[in-house]
Amino acid sequence: MSQTVSAADALSIDTEVVTDILLGFIRDEVGKVGFERVVLGLSGGVDSALVAALAARALGPEQVIPVIMPYHSSSPDSEADARTVAASLGLEPLVVDISPQVDAYFERFGDADRGRRGNKMARERMSILYDMSWTHRALVIGTSNKTELLLGYGTIHGDMAHALNPLGDLYKTQVFAMARALHLPRRVVEKAPSADLWEGQSDEQDLGFQYAVVDMLLYHLVDERRTRHELRNLGFDDAFMDLVGARLRDNQYKRRLPIIAKLSTRTIDRDFRYPRDWGR
Amino acid sequence: MTMVSPQRGVPADAPQASRDAVEPQEGDVVVVLAQIAPRLGDVAANLERHLAIIDDARRGGGHLVVFPELSLTGYFLKDLVPDVALRGDAPELAALAAACTGIDALVGCVLESEDARFHNAAVYLSGGRAVHVHRKCYLPTYGLFDEQRYLAAGDRLRVFEAPLGTATTRRPWRAGTLICEDMWHPTAPALLARQGVDLFLCPSASPGRGIVQGAALGTALSYDSMTRTFAQLFTSYLVYCNRVGFEDGVGFWGGSRVVGPQGAPLAEPLGAEETLMWHRLDLGTLRRVRIAYPLLRDERHDLTDNESDRLRRRRTLD
Repeated sequence: MSQTVSAADALSIDTEVVTDILLGFIRDEVGKVGFERVVLGLSGGVDSALVAALAARALGPEQVIPVIMPYHSSSPDSEADARTVAASLGLEPLVVDISPQVDAYFERFGDADRGRRGNKMARERMSILYDMSWTHRALVIGTSNKTELLLGYGTIHGDMAHALNPLGDLYKTQVFAMARALHLPRRVVEKAPSADLWEGQSDEQDLGFQYAVVDMLLYHLVDERRTRHELRNLGFDDAFMDLVGARLRDNQYKRRLPIIAKLSTRTIDRDFRYPRDWGR
Repeated sequence: MTMVSPQRGVPADAPQASRDAVEPQEGDVVVVLAQIAPRLGDVAANLERHLAIIDDARRGGGHLVVFPELSLTGYFLKDLVPDVALRGDAPELAALAAACTGIDALVGCVLESEDARFHNAAVYLSGGRAVHVHRKCYLPTYGLFDEQRYLAAGDRLRVFEAPLGTATTRRPWRAGTLICEDMWHPTAPALLARQGVDLFLCPSASPGRGIVQGAALGTALSYDSMTRTFAQLFTSYLVYCNRVGFEDGVGFWGGSRVVGPQGAPLAEPLGAEETLMWHRLDLGTLRRVRIAYPLLRDERHDLTDNESDRLRRRRTLD
């Protein structure tokens, strides 16, 4: 497709301003619920590396517990990259191999496809992080970015489960900009993004489009609320817009609490509305 | 939090606000901006904090402390509004009024009317009592804001004579309050200017957003522009006190400042930390600027009135 507006223009951010806000966010939202520590899954990818770096700056490296959770089919490079990130930030990673628990489960369901297996792995990792949360009195900090959340490219109650999320309002392109600004290890910034749920997996192959392109569409569609006509004039074609639009709508459920059948006059989250930071 | 130094009440790291700069002369007033992060929904804790700051400011020689919008309650209250609301005779306001002897304070709270309407209000306390109440007139209900769902809009914009504690001024200072979104409607400061305002008091709870490169924080730019413009066009002082801290992930960007009647901040605006900022304001400067720029003298209220009448008549015909 032709691009009349470059992604760099639309998505470029003031990384210093964003860093200041996110450091304040982590300090404030962790501290006021009575925690000093955070725990996160460190995959070797750019999102979790960025969150680890921000948390280490905000709270001090000794307050950040990165957990590396490989499966036997995970790329060995992922674990190596995760270790590089941890070392570069002065963090002591925990390593929990999820293979035994995942394999024990799928012994009973030998025909499970890789989507099902991938979701299960994401939820095993979630249950480990919440267990570590209890053990280490550490809040689970999430690493889902805005692109993933909008496209539903994540596992509900898996990697999408966490107490707070510093990256949820940054597109993947902006996550890369932040990672470069914070001088994260080059390999982590430069390699192709992958959920690494099976060998050779790549986000952009899974999705069928490039982050740089979809981020630009999402920015103009979601943030700028441009009409279809305006988006066409920016060079986006109808088939691509239909595909992304459908993903946006179809994954709305993942971004909301479960719906509750309306019965009383005050139903949770409908007409019973309180801030989460009530009294904090 | 940056606290005041023991002798003169000047914060150790107050930007460009040296002790000399706040030493009051005859006719001057010392204004203290309390850029704080209120605890959401915890009136008791916030009250305690207010009382401590007022006490520090009084001992440091301040004449007026300006707190942010909803400083006693926090901002994103949602269904907490009725729970944290205060009646005019609430003990919390009485305690604050009692603390305001020899010093004045502008505090933010939810004020409940007798017929159960809840207003986002700023109460000006002096001499042991409330001398003025402003109820926010423009309640933002768009984007991340939802004020009209929970709050009632005020319908008055009035200038009042600010006693200003123990300040000895040549004439009373005429103050008017604009709460946050009120500032986005230029008729609001214009109405106060028409009543002879000297000092705009602008408490705020402005959430930071807009992160485009090269534009700093979007909201900060907007307020920078508005505070300068209103101070300059209405040749008045403008005190902008924004809050800091986070509520449900939304960060408030601070940036509190006093802008002089020529449209320039008296010192570098604050950052996003809890800080007290001290400033000396004087009527002499106001007089000099109004001689140089007699904009208020030249204002054509007859023109505004005639055109407004014409528009109103035309609307009636529609």
